[in-house]
Amino acid sequence: MPISPPGSSRRAFLLKTVAMIPAMTLAGTALAGLAQAADGGPSGYAPSFFTADEFAFVTAFVDRLIPADEEGPGAVELDVPNFIDLQMNTTYGHGGLWYMHPPFRQAPATFGNQLGLPPREIYRQGIAAAETAIQAKYGKRFTDMTAGERDTVITAMQKKALAMAPVPASMLFGQFLTNTKEGYFSDPIHGGNRGMAAWKMIGYPGARADFTDWVDRYGAKYPFGPVSITDLGA
Amino acid sequence: MRDITMKHTDAVIIGFGWTGAIMAKELTEAGLKVVALERGPNRDTYPEGAYPSSIDELTHNSRSELFQRLAKTTLSIRYTANDEAVPYRQLAAFLPGTGVGGAGLHWSGCHWRITPEELRLRSRYEERYGKNFIPEDITIQDWGVTYEELEPHFTFAEKVFGTSGQAYKVNGEIVGAGNPFDADRSTPFPLPPMKNTYSATLFGKAAAEVGYHPFDIPSANASQAYTNPYGCQMGPCTFCGFCSGYACYNYSKASPNVNILPALRQVPHFELRAECDVVQILTDSTGKKATGVLYVDAAGNRVTQPADLVILGTFAYNNAYMLLLSKIGTPYDPSTGEGVIGKNFAYQNENSIATFFDDKTYTNPFIGAGGNGVAVDDFNSDHFDHGPLGFVGGAPFWVNQAGTKAIGGGPLPDGTPEWGSGWKKAVKENFTHVVSMNAHGTNMSNRANFLDLDPTYKDYLGRPLLRLTFDWHDNDYKMAAFTVDKMKKIAEAMNPKAMKVSVKKPGQHFDMTHYQTTHMGGGVIMGDNPKTSAVNRYLQSWDVSNLFVVGSSAFPQGLGYNPTGTVAALTYWSAKAIRETYLKNPGPLVQA
Ligand SMILES: Cc1cc2nc3c(=O)[nH]c(=O)nc-3n(C[C@H](O)[C@H](O)[C@H](O)COP(=O)(O)OP(=O)(O)OC[C@H]3O[C@@H](n4cnc5c(N)ncnc54)[C@H](O)[C@@H]3O)c2cc1C
Ligand code: SF4
Repeated sequence: MPISPPGSSRRAFLLKTVAMIPAMTLAGTALAGLAQAADGGPSGYAPSFFTADEFAFVTAFVDRLIPADEEGPGAVELDVPNFIDLQMNTTYGHGGLWYMHPPFRQAPATFGNQLGLPPREIYRQGIAAAETAIQAKYGKRFTDMTAGERDTVITAMQKKALAMAPVPASMLFGQFLTNTKEGYFSDPIHGGNRGMAAWKMIGYPGARADFTDWVDRYGAKYPFGPVSITDLGA
Repeated sequence: MRDITMKHTDAVIIGFGWTGAIMAKELTEAGLKVVALERGPNRDTYPEGAYPSSIDELTHNSRSELFQRLAKTTLSIRYTANDEAVPYRQLAAFLPGTGVGGAGLHWSGCHWRITPEELRLRSRYEERYGKNFIPEDITIQDWGVTYEELEPHFTFAEKVFGTSGQAYKVNGEIVGAGNPFDADRSTPFPLPPMKNTYSATLFGKAAAEVGYHPFDIPSANASQAYTNPYGCQMGPCTFCGFCSGYACYNYSKASPNVNILPALRQVPHFELRAECDVVQILTDSTGKKATGVLYVDAAGNRVTQPADLVILGTFAYNNAYMLLLSKIGTPYDPSTGEGVIGKNFAYQNENSIATFFDDKTYTNPFIGAGGNGVAVDDFNSDHFDHGPLGFVGGAPFWVNQAGTKAIGGGPLPDGTPEWGSGWKKAVKENFTHVVSMNAHGTNMSNRANFLDLDPTYKDYLGRPLLRLTFDWHDNDYKMAAFTVDKMKKIAEAMNPKAMKVSVKKPGQHFDMTHYQTTHMGGGVIMGDNPKTSAVNRYLQSWDVSNLFVVGSSAFPQGLGYNPTGTVAALTYWSAKAIRETYLKNPGPLVQA
């Protein structure tokens, strides 16, 4: 069953915007805000943690991690940038879930993140470092790049081929990827997955949580669309 | 912040998970005044399991709502005794519990009995394969207790948990299509087996085709409404899929909170104190007798709780931690192999295969229950000839579809990019068309894997962290390769359009960033000799006879199965010894 991604027009507008607006103008403007205004939705989301510049970077980044295409909606139109911003004000964002005592020793990647920075600082220091490194290597700001150019940069970060300090490129990439998938696929109560569109795309029923009648209907497609915690009045 | 001394009690229990709750019930039944101390908060079906707020993957899984808060305390990990350890800073590889109910509130519910052969693993291998068969670095031991001795306690624990399953042999008679490798049982399961998911039936059918012996996983998710011997009630499981890592909204998953605590609440001589973090077991000047415990309460007071009997039930490696902090018993020294506290830490060696089907075949992996599924036992325990294979241990294989959620996502075919349009397309194509199976392998204790105290890192109270020295060794790689190869035959017989095999390769290190299981054991192992074990066959400390240490800490090595069925039976076995023998004449139950 083909699903037409809601908000695809917003995303088309956004991409045109990225292409058209000169960097100077863009610097002061949140891309998601523009995108939402174009959709006639609530006027621009005002980030509470990220600066406008950072938020533009976040938006341009997650737009490539989960792009809008014929398969379904992209991260931007499902409000993933807003989700990430909101998460920065939680215990998690402040690093309150992690053991943060020094010393911070270098260890192989199999030991997890040993850098000692909470998610807020991974983004704050990471985006700043990335901006500098990207400018130096590619001679352009990330937010001025075409989709293809941004993919090249993200691939370099993923493969540790962009030198950055103190937040290594692969760590910033990993933080983005984790939070983007979370924002795309979590219950809309957390501010992403607008309209449960990501759940609809993959056939996930969300918070239904009762399959007594379906567990033994072998091989059949589950017929009901998703519900969210908000729908259920929590 | 004051120093406080509480009124004396007969018994104090440290930790209120499965082991603590079982002991509390047993000891209060024996008439003892019991105080249970739990470091985490009060928890119950309401509010932690309330629908729909509990059906929230971000909060529960990604943000670890119910799991131990590492910000307060964690452990440090290194691969070898020559390395510097670093802390386990972000939860991933294992998800220890905290709070009333412990991990028992958010476990899955696969409910097993250890195989009789595994209870005397070293003797069994030496008898069958010769004295030289067991690799030199493998420090496996016999448990010092037999299946026959534990059988009544397995049976009673299943009644308390309301376990659903199909028995094979009851009192020597074959009664149904259960696991043909199962040991004899004295009774059938209290509840009939659950329905199966499509994924599990596909696996079972293919397993039978290749000549293996599929059966339903015994599950502590109720197949029907049930009332247990304590009068606690369960409702039928709805296959909600928010099981492992979540409190059940439906009173269907056995937990200390649902299956024991309602009965304990009626007992006037029982007291449960949450947010009481025990820092030390206190001993008298001889060091041979516990006098009670010292804990820090929520207000930061340092509280002494005097008691005649101390039960330590803080989960697996935490039990070794408490003994090391309290300087009870001789710490293990890997260079000499001497000492016992921290010895024989063991984990689980899990490997998996995902099979992908076409877009017409809906496996709906979001439907599931934590303990539900179909398994084969042909390559678990010593059910096959290890002679030519050169490794110890094995693995049950299963499809245990506990409920795939959107963020965690299902497996994706090899070669799928991690992001971008290609990733999205693969998620969309595969999310409802995949079957995942596991070879839930043993991890044998190894001389080099052990627990001690970290010299550098401290927790929120200034205690040194526990340090885990652990890595995979030769035996693990061999066992993984062999069992996954055998499981692959099932996967192939399912005729998938693609397959993804994940198996530990020789040299591959333990990865703290990917979930493995939360089935750790050892560190305070049981046995028949104080030189090689920390507790006797009744889980009584060899050093301090009024201290009993309950939990998977007693396992001398890892099992193929999940541990809790065996943990619960051992706890009832220990409680029986306390009630029937120890209380009449306190002192060592086994002479050293
Ligand atoms: C996601 C998940 C799924 C699982 N699925 C299965 C399964 O399907 N089958 C199976 O057999 N097993 C499973 N397990 C394992 C199972 O949960 C444990 O084996 C079981 O809970 C062990 O019981 P316990 O009493 O030893 O420890 P716990 O249940 O962990 O309880 C120990 C308690 O002690 C408390 N404590 C620790 N230190 C202190 C201290 N210093 N002072 C006071 N209190 C303290 C802890 O906070 C905790 O509440 C699973 C575990 C997890 C996390
Ligand atoms: S799957 Fe069943 S047992 Fe597990 S949480 Fe849901 S209803 Fe409870």
